[in-house]
Amino acid sequence: MATKKAAKKAATRELTLRQWKIKEMKQNKIAYLMVAPYMILFTIFTVLPVLLSIFLSFTDFNMLEVPNIVWMKNYVTLFFDDDIFLIAIKNTFIFAVIVGPASYLMSFLIAWFINELSPKVRAVVTLIFYAPSISGQAYLIFQTLFSSDSYGWANATLMELGIIDTEILWFQDETYVMPLCIFVALWTSLGTSFLAFIAGLQGIDSAQFEAGAVDGIKNRWQELYYITLPNMKPQLMFGAIMAITGSFGFGGIVTALAGFPSVNYCAHTIMHHLEDYGGQRYEIGYSSAIAVVLFAIMFGANMLVKKIISRLGT
Amino acid sequence: MAKLRTRKHKVVLARSRGGDVGIAIILFILGAIMFLPMLYIVMQSLKPLDELWMYPPRFYVINPTLKNYSDLFTLMNISWVPFSRYIFNTVLTSVSGTFGHLVLASLAAYAIAKIKFPGRNGMFQMVQMSLMFHSTVTAITSFIIISSFKMLDTYWAIIVPAWCSSLGLYLMKQFMDTNVNDSVLESARLDGAGEFRCYWTIAMPMVKPAWLTLIIYSFQGLWNAGASTYIHSEQLKSFNYAIGQILAGGVKRAGASGAAQVIMMLVPISVFVISQSNIIETMGSSGMKD
Repeated sequence: MATKKAAKKAATRELTLRQWKIKEMKQNKIAYLMVAPYMILFTIFTVLPVLLSIFLSFTDFNMLEVPNIVWMKNYVTLFFDDDIFLIAIKNTFIFAVIVGPASYLMSFLIAWFINELSPKVRAVVTLIFYAPSISGQAYLIFQTLFSSDSYGWANATLMELGIIDTEILWFQDETYVMPLCIFVALWTSLGTSFLAFIAGLQGIDSAQFEAGAVDGIKNRWQELYYITLPNMKPQLMFGAIMAITGSFGFGGIVTALAGFPSVNYCAHTIMHHLEDYGGQRYEIGYSSAIAVVLFAIMFGANMLVKKIISRLGT
Repeated sequence: MAKLRTRKHKVVLARSRGGDVGIAIILFILGAIMFLPMLYIVMQSLKPLDELWMYPPRFYVINPTLKNYSDLFTLMNISWVPFSRYIFNTVLTSVSGTFGHLVLASLAAYAIAKIKFPGRNGMFQMVQMSLMFHSTVTAITSFIIISSFKMLDTYWAIIVPAWCSSLGLYLMKQFMDTNVNDSVLESARLDGAGEFRCYWTIAMPMVKPAWLTLIIYSFQGLWNAGASTYIHSEQLKSFNYAIGQILAGGVKRAGASGAAQVIMMLVPISVFVISQSNIIETMGSSGMKD
């Protein structure tokens, strides 16, 4: 009897809680009105594609026939029966593991180095480092610099110096494609996170550095470790996410420089594999499985890095 | 570098001369790596044909000429779709995409940052999570969705997705969190101002740097957008795509393509130069709390 009563009481409390919630929602009608246009579009163009990819990855949809549910078949083929996919995974990781951390470190160090310059000089230096990332297809200049004939600067210089005697086909040679693409990717990678770091460093109260100096901080590295980095945590987090996302997403540079597909798939990334099956062969189900794998990798990398940064200084 | 230092009055900060010199050298080398290719693009665009195909190639131009630029304009005039159409396409999509993004994102950011309503945290978390993956991952399914809305091969396919880009909302909301004072809003509400009024007359003027940043990011993205998979009619394609076609023209168009590249990169760079301080100010609050 008593338990029944208690349960009933709990139920009414729950009901009132829910009622209260609904009331709160009604009171904020205007807020929902304000977020609605953005959130509806965001759901349609960002959330829905992700959910649809996950769903389609379990089917054999090909744009023409009625799709069948095939469950894990796409994933099994992907990992056990698709050699090029394994190359793509390997290349994607090589790119990401080099470009992600390198661009992140470079962004931070350069932002830190220029932090103490006068505002005018800093603005000019910022522009020099930031410009390649916003200049659209400016990176195509590397095709000219590393062109496969002797009019390219790289070949000409090496030939003048007597290091080589025939031209190197830079973007058609398996040995050079990956390193060159990584270099170009790094060249364009000082983007949003770089700006966030500059702003974050500017935002640290200079009194903290002075207090640090009084407290016996001996050199700039100690200052970096004990004062700057802990203060920068939120920016470091944001910058990491931008760097990771960028490092997984520069298939476009490879396509523009080395062609698609690249020689012997030597610079083939998951992004290219996705484009190959989805955009050209219309095997939507299979390409969705590729997308889901890539999505999981990006997500996992972000979560891992987030965890590492939140431990910083504790 | 020592004399460029701005802070420190009474307290001498721990700085070694050797460190300063080392940093200056590293900065100089990295700066050269970043800057020289950009400078080379400009040089290439000013070189006459015989210098473009000179062996060994020279970095600097000997007899600068603007002929490449006039060649580019001739090329533009003989193209099948008039070049003014490509420019119109890019301007139209950039302006309307940016404008819609600014309005929708700042409205939503205001509500999420300044009105306490159930679900706001969840919404923001979702936007924040979407920063973690590159949009090319969902290219195929986005294509399906856009085609199911019958937006394929229309301007809408470019414009509408730009309206709901997530970086803009993220930056705007973070900036409002730190820079719009709650007590000012509270007293305005007590005076009977509605939320739309608060948004428009109080919050928006306070976050000027943020909306400038939003404009620039959105504009840059749309301006640099090349061939879209959603557009196949030639007369709807972007300026960047058309420039890309000239770049792909190979040997006989080397001069004109150099000029085209300079024109393409000039716009985003000058936009950034004008607005740099505002962008940096916005980025000051971009940090992510865990």
